[in-house]
Amino acid sequence: MVKVTIDDKTIEVELGTTILSAARQIGGEVVPPAMCFYSKLPGTGGKCRTCLVEVSQGSEKDPRPMPKLVASCSTPVMDGMVVKNKTSERVHEGRGGVVEFLLINHPLDCPICDQAGECHLQDLGYEHGGQGTRYEEERRTFDPIDIGNKIKLHMNRCILCYRCVAVANQLTDKRVHGVLNRGEHAEISTYIENAIENDFSGNMIDVCPVGALTDKTFRFKSRVWFLKPMEASCECTKCSGKAVVWMFGNEIFRVTARKDQYGEVEDQDGKAGWICNDCRFDKKDVSKWNIAGPRMINRHSVISQGHYQSPRQSIKKIN
Amino acid sequence: MQSLSNKRKVVSDKPMTFMEKLYLPAIIGGMWITFKHLFRKNNTIKYPEEQRVFAPVYRGMHVLKRDEEGRENCTACGLCAVACPAEAITMVAGERKKGEEHLYREEKYAETYEINMLRCIFCGLCEEACPKEAVFLTDRIVPTEFERGTFIYGKDKLVEPVDSRIDITKRQHTGKRTEK
Repeated sequence: MVKVTIDDKTIEVELGTTILSAARQIGGEVVPPAMCFYSKLPGTGGKCRTCLVEVSQGSEKDPRPMPKLVASCSTPVMDGMVVKNKTSERVHEGRGGVVEFLLINHPLDCPICDQAGECHLQDLGYEHGGQGTRYEEERRTFDPIDIGNKIKLHMNRCILCYRCVAVANQLTDKRVHGVLNRGEHAEISTYIENAIENDFSGNMIDVCPVGALTDKTFRFKSRVWFLKPMEASCECTKCSGKAVVWMFGNEIFRVTARKDQYGEVEDQDGKAGWICNDCRFDKKDVSKWNIAGPRMINRHSVISQGHYQSPRQSIKKIN
Repeated sequence: MQSLSNKRKVVSDKPMTFMEKLYLPAIIGGMWITFKHLFRKNNTIKYPEEQRVFAPVYRGMHVLKRDEEGRENCTACGLCAVACPAEAITMVAGERKKGEEHLYREEKYAETYEINMLRCIFCGLCEEACPKEAVFLTDRIVPTEFERGTFIYGKDKLVEPVDSRIDITKRQHTGKRTEK
């Protein structure tokens, strides 16, 4: 066990833990945002640089600070390490720069995008982004394409986090999409418009931090904040069958996996609760689901707007 | 109980005096006040012939604007509906098909857009929330109707006609959207 201090909060963690997961164990304000890192998908992280933190003391034995900001998702902790996240001016400035870079080619079509309201880039831009852009060149543009008959790819919005590639590598047996070309020209593609048909391919919609991969069965149906997320389960042979159904009145508009506060799927029965494509795309009938009750949504999230909770419910929670 | 405002008057039941019992002086006094008003300046106007000048920020009936090329600005983002404190706005989004580029500005548009004018309190928050400069309140008055159903205004009444545009430049914040 090693001791690490993040923003004046000290915690003991296992050797080999990254700074980000140590911060998540503390929880709250000290957790750096992450766009490409996904704890349920090994091998992700280290690409987007939004989780930059300042290490003001390398370790107990070697107290020199690290000269540059480090990506907390891929830097393991050392004994006696002191990390600054919220308290560091450099981190704030550096993250602002990262957001500016991420937004260079991002179209800012939030009024159209289905991800708006639960988009990590929106949250990040809200916290760290600038008022305007200094970029004067043309943004790169692509036409939205269908990959499979249930998933729409808007390459314009992609920030190349590679999460969906990790999903394809780790959840499905044969990967049929990936990233083509390099640098400025990199794009997610199936090369020759190949259908993505694997049973778990729909999870790439859930892991996408922006609205690049969206559910075609939900496309433009409604805005997320008009829907009511309900915890539901169903009999499914392929997956755990535990999901969140997003309802409007008595209709199910879309189905997603249950996600935690960091936007990652929650564990169900001891393993990551990925849901299969049947549950996600085809079960839109209320009778097929066992609806347990409303899902707890952060009070400050736009999704909780208009969902009034009776005080009795909150009192019950306190007790 | 002790009065908090000290404005309470105790009702008395004392008998009327002789002058009060006569009634006539009080009636004449009242008539005199009425008579005086005949020579005062009128506070009212004869409405349909004569109309008051509206302030430039008057908040009347809504309009859904089109852009310079006549395409609808609204993308059915739903922000006006979230902002609406009276929950008067509903919409259904649709996807623009190939060949409709001259009708709608963006990929998504409002297939139906309804404002319930009976619910609307004309606060103007929808106008403030709109990221696309699509919905504006104008100086037009919502006409009276005989049935409740007719107060739900759809796109037929809200979208401005291409040939008779509705001028809202007075309401626009200058420099908000400079054409790229």
